[in-house]
Amino acid sequence: MPEGREGIYSVVLFHSVSGALRAEKLIKEAGIEYKLIPVPRHLSSDCGLCLRFRTEDEGRIREILRGKVEVQDICPL
Amino acid sequence: MRDGVIYLDNAATSWPKPPETFKAMEEFMLSVGANPGRSGHRLSIEAGRVILEAREALAALFGVDDPLRIVFTRNATEALNLVLYGLLRPGDHVITSSMEHNSVMRPLRDLQEKGVELTVVEASPRGELDPQDVEGAIKENTRLIVLTHASNVTGTLMPLTEIGQIARRKGVPLCVDSAQTAGAYPIDVEAMGIDLLAFTGHKSLFGPQGTGGLFIRKGLEEAIRPLLRGGTGSRSELEEQPDFLPDKYESGTPNTVGIAGLGAGVRFLLSEGMERIRAKEEALTQTLLEGLSDTPGVTLYGTCDPRRQIAVVSFNIDGLSPSEVAMALDEEFGVLTRPGLHCAPSAHRTIGTFPQGTVRLSAGYFTTEEEIGMALRAVQELAARARKGGSTHG
Repeated sequence: MPEGREGIYSVVLFHSVSGALRAEKLIKEAGIEYKLIPVPRHLSSDCGLCLRFRTEDEGRIREILRGKVEVQDICPL
Repeated sequence: MRDGVIYLDNAATSWPKPPETFKAMEEFMLSVGANPGRSGHRLSIEAGRVILEAREALAALFGVDDPLRIVFTRNATEALNLVLYGLLRPGDHVITSSMEHNSVMRPLRDLQEKGVELTVVEASPRGELDPQDVEGAIKENTRLIVLTHASNVTGTLMPLTEIGQIARRKGVPLCVDSAQTAGAYPIDVEAMGIDLLAFTGHKSLFGPQGTGGLFIRKGLEEAIRPLLRGGTGSRSELEEQPDFLPDKYESGTPNTVGIAGLGAGVRFLLSEGMERIRAKEEALTQTLLEGLSDTPGVTLYGTCDPRRQIAVVSFNIDGLSPSEVAMALDEEFGVLTRPGLHCAPSAHRTIGTFPQGTVRLSAGYFTTEEEIGMALRAVQELAARARKGGSTHG
């Protein structure tokens, strides 16, 4: 699917880089497509890195991170 | 024997280290090198991963659920200072044992001058601590119990599981100094009821010097002030310190190359298996204790039971000072030991060896039975000479 199409991607925002990297590991293990990217200008986050994913995976990602990594927010790009 | 020496000073720092440790450090310096958690480019992210993997290995070793509850420090001393100065306030009561290292005793004596109430529970002359004595010392204002897991002088293991149950029942946090046991003896923070676990990286965890850390049970960070404040790479818009782990306690660029080595060291011991490591060190300790107890003129300290101690053995030879013995062992036999008080004057008072101290032999996972045999023969020869002539020289 072409990148940048509205509604296709969302991001997980974290408090710390350690949290972002911990989440990355869990999401990678689950085989979900993702990318670590700098936090886009229009969003505000405690840490400069966020994890971009396909919005359709949001439910799975929330499930994987629940109780494991503290998430600041999850929002569409 | 390695490089002409028999290294029996692993309680001070382990040597040799597994090649995995320095390979990981070299790999980091050569191919990563960036500042973790700061810039967001690929090398910075990779440096962050190196640190995360070290946290994950330590979490697996200590039975910690969330790796981010492990914060890195320079050593166990800094982790202990963080807990003691961060948590205790004037009017609070803290309990410790008489077997502690100065990494606990000196901060506590300083805090005592500043209005913190201190109870030092006496251990037996063999270094054993009775959990009932700890329970009996708990008062209304007891804020913390801080104990070593095993004495760095006699190797005696403390009854942590029992004390952990008492602490939990009474609602008092338990802080454990695992400098001598992390990587040498199984530790499970849940089973042992440990709320704060201070560890050093450069002993049985096989990391380099300058690494260590602290496990903090969820919720306790609210009561523990950081020792240092500064840049964390997170919440950069704020001039106040973040309140979440690990950033609250990790200001400034970390020792990433050291942590890379520590992570590799911990993964090495996870792959060897904690039980195998413990079994080997217990066997070496048994050989050492049997050989020394059969030697006329040698006094042994502690429980002299390999199942109840780690691979740390203290002894003296009648008629000789600990430093004379250590010097002769080094110069004549290439046996490297540590004489004196081992930064633990209170422990030496407890076992009756203050102020002269003892000679300490501390084996490690890489020590061989052959090396222990050679060290024993060296001690036996020195003891025989002392019986004849009262000198270390033949």
